[in-house]
Amino acid sequence: MNWEVVMGLEVHLQLATRSKIFSGAANHFGAEPNVQACAIDLGMPGMLPVLNEQAVRFAVMFGLGIGAEIGKRSVFDRKNYFYPDLPKGYQVSQFFEPIVGAGVFDIPMPDGSLFPVRITRAHLEEDAGKSVHDAFAGQTGIDLNRAGTPLLEIVTEPDFRTAEQAVAYLKALHSLVTYLGISDGNMAEGSMRCDINISLRPEGQDTFGTRTEIKNVNSFRFVERAIAVEVERQRDILEDGGHIVQETRLFDAENNETRSMRSKEVANDYRYFPEPDLLPVIIDDETIEQIRQTLPELPNDKRNRLIHDYGLGDYDAALLVDSRALADYFEAAAALCGEPKLVANWMLGDLSAALNRADIGIEQCPVTPVALAGLIQRISDNTLSSKLAKQVFEGIWQGQGSADDIIEQRGLKQVSDTGALEGMIDEVIAKNPDQVAQYRAADDNKRKKLSGFFVGQIMKASKGQANPQMVNELLLKKLAG
Amino acid sequence: MSVSRSDVTQIAQLARLTIADEALDDVTDRFSRILTLVDQLQQVPTEGVEPMSNPHDMTQRLRSDEVTEVNQREALQTVAPEVEQGYFLVPRVID
Repeated sequence: MNWEVVMGLEVHLQLATRSKIFSGAANHFGAEPNVQACAIDLGMPGMLPVLNEQAVRFAVMFGLGIGAEIGKRSVFDRKNYFYPDLPKGYQVSQFFEPIVGAGVFDIPMPDGSLFPVRITRAHLEEDAGKSVHDAFAGQTGIDLNRAGTPLLEIVTEPDFRTAEQAVAYLKALHSLVTYLGISDGNMAEGSMRCDINISLRPEGQDTFGTRTEIKNVNSFRFVERAIAVEVERQRDILEDGGHIVQETRLFDAENNETRSMRSKEVANDYRYFPEPDLLPVIIDDETIEQIRQTLPELPNDKRNRLIHDYGLGDYDAALLVDSRALADYFEAAAALCGEPKLVANWMLGDLSAALNRADIGIEQCPVTPVALAGLIQRISDNTLSSKLAKQVFEGIWQGQGSADDIIEQRGLKQVSDTGALEGMIDEVIAKNPDQVAQYRAADDNKRKKLSGFFVGQIMKASKGQANPQMVNELLLKKLAG
Repeated sequence: MSVSRSDVTQIAQLARLTIADEALDDVTDRFSRILTLVDQLQQVPTEGVEPMSNPHDMTQRLRSDEVTEVNQREALQTVAPEVEQGYFLVPRVID
């Protein structure tokens, strides 16, 4: 039977505020355990939450960024459950009246098309602390630094049919929230964590199958793998005539499988009720308008502009707007040298390969936009062949100066002087009379192949500095006799 | 509306309360009476009345995003039964 995969995603996004959502404790990753957990985060008796203005603002920015309805009135609720890293015994969240309502987010796909994803809602909540299970004999260590970190939980409709769509959505979401500056989006540090709801149904069936939820997948690659193994697991069960159990599962990257989280004795029953310690949050139209004015150009708009203004292809443009830093780099270099397509090719080719090798981001790139533009100018004015340009690029990367410095130092200038080239060509022809005779006796097809030999010899004689187009032209004339 | 003994047991479990077997009938009965009162309240016509999420007729004031708390780990951990390397220690939790 052919099965259709149906998926919806829930993303927990840590907001990049200075302080916690309900307390004035610092919100930084990587501090010593419990040094950023104050009496409010610890749930000490008598402590009262006070909502962080910036967290509200960030949530509204996200809502505006995807064109969603903004909850002008939103209310916090208590989600009740017991776990040691949740000292209060409840998580303050928004259940009945979230701050961001429904919206649609257009996702660029590798084939250049747009895939619209329906966002159900996004709500503010506090993160829980962290449990360390394997560092203390027979005990669990609790670090409450993360308790009270502001989270925006972003929920989609079950619109995904393939892992590729899910990953494209997450990448687009990542770039949106980093453009907005509302989160650092660092998945390895847990700033963006993804739950995948996934079910299968026979192709053509309208109703959904029973779903499972894979919790806390924290990299794009793991999302792809987790989906692949869970789809296979569910398909095997269904094809054997079995039933899927609705449950929460964990993705185990080491063994490449999903595992059932030991099901709790009692099914989840969070007994939500309005948080009496917080009043309804009201956001007026004026504030929403003010926030709208502060929004930067967003990835989708930027992508369209790059296609339109610089003549880039859909996919190149989508790759370049992946981060604001990358797009800014592109625009700076393109403005300096006036060769946007060459800049895009270099950025997506040699430059990104070098960044990958060095395992650094564009922000740490040793080749500045000015330096890349300088190199590209020497390519477009024919000073450098593309082969020489690669060598010069290496030199710039290693800090040996600008393209012009390196060309000067190494005497790498491409030889485009007709006289000099003719001299070299004459010499090669004189040295290889047999090949010349062979060439002259050959038909057009063979001649093309044979001319390669001479080009190779000339390039060798010039140490790669001869202008290849001119060599070709001059050579063919001379060989014709 | 009445609740069953098993409802009460489940709710007690969710709230991490232990109810002795001999007290269960009494608790179930009192639970049911509270719900009867709620049933009565449900009959009040509330059409056109905004749901109230807080008895204060006010809206939430917001705090500016500043770090105002200093590290008080040492003081706060004096009331913890056990700490090690800065962590609070609790009986092992297995997922």
